Amino acid sequence: MHNKTLVAVAVGLGLVGLSACGSGSGTSAADSKTVTLVSHDSWAVSKNVLQDFEKKTGYKVHVLKDGDAGQAVNKAILTKDNPQGDVFFGVDNTLLSRALDNGLFQPYRAKALDQVGSAYQLDKDKHRVTPVDYGDICVNYDKAYFSKHKLAPPQSFADLAEPQYKNLLVTENAATSSPGLGFLLGSAAQFGDQGWPDYWKKLKANGVKVVDGWEQAYYQEFSGSSEGRKAGGDRPLVVSYASSPPAEVIYAKKRPGTAPTGVASGTCFRQIEFAGLLSNAKNPKGAKAFIDFLVSKEFQEDMPLNMYVYPVLEGAKVPAEFTEYGPAARHPETMAPEKIAANRDQWVRSWTSLVLK
Amino acid sequence: MALPVAFFALFFAWPVAAIVARGLKVDGAWQFGRVADVVTQPDIRHVLWFTTWQALASTALTLLLALPAAYVFARLDFPGKQVLRAVVTVPFVLPTVVAGTAFLALVGRGGLLDDLWGVRLDTTVWAILLAHVFFNYAVVVRTVGGLWAQLDPRQEEAARMLGASPLGAWRKVTLPALVPAVAAAALMVFLFTFTSFGVVQILGGPTFSTLEVEIYRQTSEIFDLSTAAVLTLLQFAAVGAILAVHAWTVRRRESTLRLVDPKVTTRRPRGSGQWALLAGVLVTIALLLVLPLAVLVQRSLDAPGLGYYRALADSDGGTFLVAPIHAVWTSLQYAAAATAIAVVIGGLAAAALARRDAGRLVRGFDALLMLPLGVSAVTVGFGFLIALDKPPLDLRQSWILVPLAQALVGAPFVVRTMLPVLRAVDGRLREAAAVLGASPWRVWREVDLPLVRRALLVAAGFAFAVSLGEFGATVFIARPDNPTLPVAVARLLSRPGDLNYGQAMALSTILMVVCAAALLLLERLRTDRTGEF
Repeated sequence: MHNKTLVAVAVGLGLVGLSACGSGSGTSAADSKTVTLVSHDSWAVSKNVLQDFEKKTGYKVHVLKDGDAGQAVNKAILTKDNPQGDVFFGVDNTLLSRALDNGLFQPYRAKALDQVGSAYQLDKDKHRVTPVDYGDICVNYDKAYFSKHKLAPPQSFADLAEPQYKNLLVTENAATSSPGLGFLLGSAAQFGDQGWPDYWKKLKANGVKVVDGWEQAYYQEFSGSSEGRKAGGDRPLVVSYASSPPAEVIYAKKRPGTAPTGVASGTCFRQIEFAGLLSNAKNPKGAKAFIDFLVSKEFQEDMPLNMYVYPVLEGAKVPAEFTEYGPAARHPETMAPEKIAANRDQWVRSWTSLVLK
Repeated sequence: MALPVAFFALFFAWPVAAIVARGLKVDGAWQFGRVADVVTQPDIRHVLWFTTWQALASTALTLLLALPAAYVFARLDFPGKQVLRAVVTVPFVLPTVVAGTAFLALVGRGGLLDDLWGVRLDTTVWAILLAHVFFNYAVVVRTVGGLWAQLDPRQEEAARMLGASPLGAWRKVTLPALVPAVAAAALMVFLFTFTSFGVVQILGGPTFSTLEVEIYRQTSEIFDLSTAAVLTLLQFAAVGAILAVHAWTVRRRESTLRLVDPKVTTRRPRGSGQWALLAGVLVTIALLLVLPLAVLVQRSLDAPGLGYYRALADSDGGTFLVAPIHAVWTSLQYAAAATAIAVVIGGLAAAALARRDAGRLVRGFDALLMLPLGVSAVTVGFGFLIALDKPPLDLRQSWILVPLAQALVGAPFVVRTMLPVLRAVDGRLREAAAVLGASPWRVWREVDLPLVRRALLVAAGFAFAVSLGEFGATVFIARPDNPTLPVAVARLLSRPGDLNYGQAMALSTILMVVCAAALLLLERLRTDRTGEF
């Protein structure tokens, strides 16, 4: 018996040892020449822009993309005592309070902050987070459907509950998807704390369809996106972004003269994304340099075509497709982070039992 | 015994306790009052109800469709049987992401059925039930069929000679012998469907949620750790109860039967009844198991010149920092390490459990070893992240974390495969060898090793296949820049565009082929005694 044990252990350890040789343990995040960025799956930057930063500062950037925005924030909070990186990018105004209340970040004032619009600076006094980009969550419509049916596309939140738009809208689960949550918050900003449940009752009666994530809504159900058409999507209205129409143009196989989709301008909710220096970061110096880089002109102008968001830096140029096919909303709904913090979980819960059950 | 206990304490009990404590302990005081708050919420009650009834329905449907196959595999001999047995087992070790996607491609919008007849099941509970049958078919076929093949048909014949009708003889002789195996298989299917995650997540949409999915949502999306902790405890209790009943049925079976070599019990189908049964089983397997896999392969080939496969070697896709094909190599390495750990831990545990003087405590450990199969992988993954991040055990940056989590799921399979074989080694052989002057080492080499070697290989193969496909825990702890195959598939699937979808299908196909190859090898090594899930 004992011998068997010994041999088994020896064989096992040998195997573990062998495979250990093979895989190595990658880069160590603790070394002071590496900055580790923790972000969500949508993080993207042009290679040469990142290389520029590395050349100028001497830091090597290591990127950990970790699920969607909500998951990435939650995981960062769970591991904040011993974080996986130095900088976190991708917490937005809907989840900001959760990150701040849990002490995820330590203060740092970015060098270029003076040139960042003050409307985006939601932690003005303490500088625990730095605004990096913003975007508008809006209902997109399929132009072909509305011209074919000689129907005017909806303009406002209220329009969506009208009978002529019955069974046309698909949205995302507010509990699991950030555009879904943004749309719920937009409706709450529009109709007030008391009024939004009634609005959603009407939407439900008007046949709104709810799916779990943006990918499914936009690429499967929406008839206006090229993937959605291929998949047989039959909903001409979808909750997406103001920057989705330019994406339809830029990504098209043959560039169309105009965007196949449009934005219902009265249905927008503004989302602002932030970066922050993680508490207990192992390389705070590198992290600060990286945050400065995020609000630098070079990064801000590179960002729109990589992540489909708008720059927060004043004077940063926006690509022509954006101004032409997807300008940012002129009067988006907004909500103070404190108000979101106080109500978010309760609203999501009520919304879930109201709309999904 | 000490090593497996320490392993499970350190890498299972402690991380799970840590994440539960994180949710339920406020300023050092446990908040067990939360349990009542949570279970009285209508939404949670709805989740509990749905979890239970879909598991019952899935189990019933699986038994209904798989029991005839268990008979066919046990009693009938037909060409291609070995290959078919491996094919049937492939779904069981496939990552749920892959299977979920295959089912979407079959019954979802724009899927095969939609194209042909306009039939869509993707927002109905039927998609979930069918996918559960797809996954668990093999559990019934292998557990029940394995035993059935070893039941001596002459006992039934004897009963007939004494005047019993065919049905009567079957009911009096074979059925009672099979009942414990059917019960054990049903309980395992119930356990797997009760804790179903990927299938419900992908096919259920926002309206259907099992306990496991709800734990994931509460932890990962709503960040309500205390509700998640309560749900984890509830699931723990339910799984514990299921496993206790399972252990009891397994013990009953082991004590009562006289088994024979399966080779002597099979024969060519005779009579129209048996032929019809065989045909029915083959059609079921073709439609339910092979078709989704075929759709997968077809979609992976849906680009000129194997375009999706060639794209896998390209690192410029932007989804990862490495070329997706790199995930294949990463996965193989992780799975090899996980298999080594699972075989050592599971083998030692099985050896301890097989001793005739094993006490109650040790036998209780048997059920404990099965717990990782039923406890939320999400909980384990998060637990790893928050419990194993401080010296002396700071493993969070280490690659070994993934194999450790995979080994937790692989070890129960090793135990289940090894245990019956080890129990069957006749102690007198060892004694005889020792009396004849053999050293303990030589006794082990000459007596034990030849008897258990094949079982060990089968166990290792299973652990390997299961580790390769493990998704729930891996997705939380895999280094984002070094994804495993299933994680890479999930990431590709969540990105837009044909190329990403095609690459996901191609990677899934590779994963499926590797699993199928491992299982085909195992079929050649099948032990004489039955191993069960």
